[in-house]
Amino acid sequence: MLLRRILTRLLTTLVTLLGVSVVVFVVIRVVPGNPIAMMLPPGATQADIDRLNALYGFDRSIAEQYVIWLGGVLQGDFGTSIQARQPVLRLVLNRLPATLELSIMALVIAVVLGGFLALTGTRLRGSRGEGAIDVTNGMALSVPDFLWGLVLILVFGVLWPVFHISGRVSPQYIQEFTTNFFLFESVLRLRLDLWLDLVSHMLMPALALAIPLAAIIGQLLKQSLKETMHLDYVTLARTKGYRENHVILREALPNAVLPTLTLIGVQFTFLIGGTVIIERLFSYEGLGNMAIDAVINRDLPLIQGIVILFAVLFTAINLIVDLLYAVLNPRLRHA
Amino acid sequence: MSAFLSIRNLSAAIRGGPRLLRAVSLDVEVGEVRGLVGESGAGKSMIGKAVLGILPRAVEVVAGEIWLDGVDLLRLRPAERRRRIGATAALIPQDPLTALNPSRRIGRQITDRLVDILGWRRGAAEARALELLNEVRVPEPERVMRAYPHELSGGMRQRVLIASAFAAEPKLIVADEPTTALDVTVQKQILRLIAQMQARHGTALLFVTHDLGVVSKVCGSLSVLYGGLVVEETSVRDFFRAPAHPYSAALLAATPKYTDPAAGLNPVPAAVIDAVRAEVAAADRNWPHG
Repeated sequence: MLLRRILTRLLTTLVTLLGVSVVVFVVIRVVPGNPIAMMLPPGATQADIDRLNALYGFDRSIAEQYVIWLGGVLQGDFGTSIQARQPVLRLVLNRLPATLELSIMALVIAVVLGGFLALTGTRLRGSRGEGAIDVTNGMALSVPDFLWGLVLILVFGVLWPVFHISGRVSPQYIQEFTTNFFLFESVLRLRLDLWLDLVSHMLMPALALAIPLAAIIGQLLKQSLKETMHLDYVTLARTKGYRENHVILREALPNAVLPTLTLIGVQFTFLIGGTVIIERLFSYEGLGNMAIDAVINRDLPLIQGIVILFAVLFTAINLIVDLLYAVLNPRLRHA
Repeated sequence: MSAFLSIRNLSAAIRGGPRLLRAVSLDVEVGEVRGLVGESGAGKSMIGKAVLGILPRAVEVVAGEIWLDGVDLLRLRPAERRRRIGATAALIPQDPLTALNPSRRIGRQITDRLVDILGWRRGAAEARALELLNEVRVPEPERVMRAYPHELSGGMRQRVLIASAFAAEPKLIVADEPTTALDVTVQKQILRLIAQMQARHGTALLFVTHDLGVVSKVCGSLSVLYGGLVVEETSVRDFFRAPAHPYSAALLAATPKYTDPAAGLNPVPAAVIDAVRAEVAAADRNWPHG
């Protein structure tokens, strides 16, 4: 059953990706801005322009271009970046680990912070403490991630400079890594020095991404927990002699967590979208930063590659959330 | 204190608001089944909840004592009270469909108190759970232990909850309208089961119900409540022979008789209601919040 569900999902995913590719392909060719014009020095002749247009295939119709591009993609060739003159796939895959590590770090921070807010709020329900939690949530939620980024840069980068606010890793360490998963690698190789340097760089952008998500998680989870705490099986557990904390964590939490899980799935894709601005803000060498450069340079093949990769990421996350849902909710397991 | 459960002058009120229980006193001896009857809102469930320490947050005990096995629960620190209740008392809840945690296996929900609160070894607790499931005649108990609540019918779930309540051999069980949420056909079986289990284990049972027919089948004594006031406390035999209080008599007369449809319905007369309300008001004379 589960296998069949996964297969269906994969199939719909393929159709989705195809649709995404068409939309991106057409849109970036219709909007004003010419990639060739960006490459040539001023005073280039019409003949030069035509030659380059022919080289990149921009002289053909959009439909023709699409078919050629799709043919390449099916063979694993996403084209060549106009700016970097390197295969798009390699460029994009080189940057992906940086963005993945940042996003996952932000997600973990958001879940921990949000979970803590929700559980504390539930424990303190009806008291002033709950009011304080609600206010904190509201504030965190009403400020967008890039503003949190600026606040963090100001506080922890300028006024009290304890963290790095630019880049992914200190320059002297770059040669140390053999993969692009720096954080992961530093853990596997038990290199505390590298790990600390990476965390010192990543913590601020990750926190900026995490704070609004933490607030949403905190709010929704607390709401679900409060409703669950009124249910009969929670009351029954109380009569058995369990402490309040135990009742919240074991009886209420597993049943209250499902709506939050769905929300995290949706919000995580927004968070990854947020990396575009946050990476720029913190000069973090990830996909998002690369996407902005690609758009500025009208690097059409690169934009396509990045957007497709983001789309793959988003659908993969949705699939994972679906599967997690089935694991956590026994009633769905046989459905 | 001779009785196993002895409630003395218990008053509970909505915080800063009206009283829900008005100086309630009642005893339940070891092995006794006491019914708590009354209309909805009479406070019968509140008494059970007060005993088990699960009053809603908005309700507080304002006066009185609850002696359970020689200890006044209301004088204990909350942690101590919780442990003591968990170790000596148990609840058979009203609605078996909502009283089991949907995401935990049945086995764990029966054994958790034995393992976590009473310190049994898991193996022993599971053997005990199987024994109890057999005793309440759940078919295929091994399979049920591994099942999730949604895989069982309402009647089966209530059997599971009864097994769970008796698992730790509590000396007192509070049954809060345990058959109200069930099909009529299943009600009888469950009622008989509770009565059998109670007799076999010698447990004191506080049986909350609005159904006098149920009282006559299960209980040995009963307290009749109106507006949080105990208006009559008597043995079941005396009650059905000759209720002492006019309200009790009217309540008994109001019970529909399925054997005689022509008799129709006999609602409690307005004069009786007025009289019993006056009693409630008299009990509140020294109560500041009204």
